[in-house]
Amino acid sequence: MRIESVNENTCMVYFGDQIGAESAGLVKRATDRLRRDMSDLIVDLVPSYTSILVTWDLEQADRFAIVRRVRAAIDSEDDGSTEGDSARIVELPVYYDREVGLDLEDVCEHAGLSRDEVVRIHSEQLYQVYAIGFAPGFAYLGSTDERIAIPRKSTPRLKVPTGSVGIAGTQTAIYPSCTPGGWQIIGRTPQKMVDWDSDSLALVQVGDQVRFRAISRDEFLELGGNLDEL
Amino acid sequence: MSFEVLEPGMLALVQDAGRHGYQHMGVTTGGPMDEFAFFWANRLLGNDLDAPQIEITFGRFSLKANHEACIAITGGDLGARINDQAIAPWRTHHINKGDRLDFTTPVSGLRAYLAVSGGFKPAMKLGSCATVAREGLGGLDGKGAKLAKGDTLEFEKNASFVEAFLPEPEVPDYQQHLRLGVIPGYQYRSFSIVQREKFFSCDYEISQNIDRMGYRLKGDAIHSDLDGIISEGIAYGAIQVPKDGQPIVLMKDRQTIGGYPKIGCLSALDAGLLAQRGPGSSVSFFLSDVAEAEGRRMLFNQRLKTGAPGVR
Repeated sequence: MRIESVNENTCMVYFGDQIGAESAGLVKRATDRLRRDMSDLIVDLVPSYTSILVTWDLEQADRFAIVRRVRAAIDSEDDGSTEGDSARIVELPVYYDREVGLDLEDVCEHAGLSRDEVVRIHSEQLYQVYAIGFAPGFAYLGSTDERIAIPRKSTPRLKVPTGSVGIAGTQTAIYPSCTPGGWQIIGRTPQKMVDWDSDSLALVQVGDQVRFRAISRDEFLELGGNLDEL
Repeated sequence: MSFEVLEPGMLALVQDAGRHGYQHMGVTTGGPMDEFAFFWANRLLGNDLDAPQIEITFGRFSLKANHEACIAITGGDLGARINDQAIAPWRTHHINKGDRLDFTTPVSGLRAYLAVSGGFKPAMKLGSCATVAREGLGGLDGKGAKLAKGDTLEFEKNASFVEAFLPEPEVPDYQQHLRLGVIPGYQYRSFSIVQREKFFSCDYEISQNIDRMGYRLKGDAIHSDLDGIISEGIAYGAIQVPKDGQPIVLMKDRQTIGGYPKIGCLSALDAGLLAQRGPGSSVSFFLSDVAEAEGRRMLFNQRLKTGAPGVR
């Protein structure tokens, strides 16, 4: 673990240089502990693949005090209080079809696989939520099977419909709102990913795991899915 | 009690100190582009420091007072007038029922802050009214809209008028050449000595491409040894260097994470000074450190507590 100053009330905690389950586990564990032990000081935490950006209240602690507190929180002995939710798995229903999977055919062609094979490969994997960013609730999930990996679209779409499930390289993600985007879209979830009027706000957090479940058109509609472009 | 927006101008936004505590969900902070000006406006009125204000960019903003009130104007001098009489920034003013307040065109600086005694009372979304259009959060109705003609700006019953002002020597000069200290950090070490020298000796020009997300600069291209990095959290004031080598200073509406190398970061107060400069102005950088930034901020926070002439 490495702690580096960024500005007068922000520091960066690095946990490694490789994207993967090991760093993700350390980030998740440290995020939980910082929240548990330092809620009095912390203004914002931005966990990502291998790091956590920590912004704190300068009125309460200087940069030396914060390093001590961060180290103490992260190095503290396990007391079990933050381990309970470490294995949260979120299941997301996805309607995989050309009708909403705007790039499904391109992905099949690029992979040299049938639609059913692409869907099976995409939905049988358990994904790690590595980071959230780009837009509110936009979760970067990894990693997809190499067989269905595909580069981003050369020209991004101006509007990617809400709920779209896309692939970029070996990452996959859901667009929580209608935004521009260049990921290859293979399906759509009827599940609301963010809801600022609910208590949960965002469905997935960094450190969660996600599994996709293929659903039919009827089930998609039953669950409140929207077939419109936007 | 309320004001009515007659003309919204190019960009007038409801802002408080920012939407904090949601960046892990990808929700940016928003908040005032110039913290120095914002906090002083509330302080002059004896408001809570994070009380909602209007951030006016470029001017051409007009309102009518439906009720009398005590207001404070800070930040850029956008040629403010009450009933066509010029009024000075960095002080409180009394506004009567039926009065018209206009912000005309920039005399100095780019963004003005309009605070009212007691603070405006917009909807709160995720604990803040900071307007972030891209996210559809904040503003009067909580859905991220900028102010529009006919909007009603409500506020609590006004307190009696108190004349308060920031002493002249403390008023920032937004026309002075801007030279900002960079706190080395993030991928600073991935910029070779030659690249750093270039960065610290170049006069960068502020491009046309500036908004609340970022300030794109034009000048000597600099390059990191790294092509890209593993995406990580972006602090306010971070200086990102994309492949074309032209630095971008990330401002209040920045994305929460990103994968470009960063040569370092500005302090919040320095980022606020940059936010008062428009396209064509120049800015240069020198190597500073976090101790300097921390010290200056602590002094500022202390200074705010001390108050100013007339401040209760």
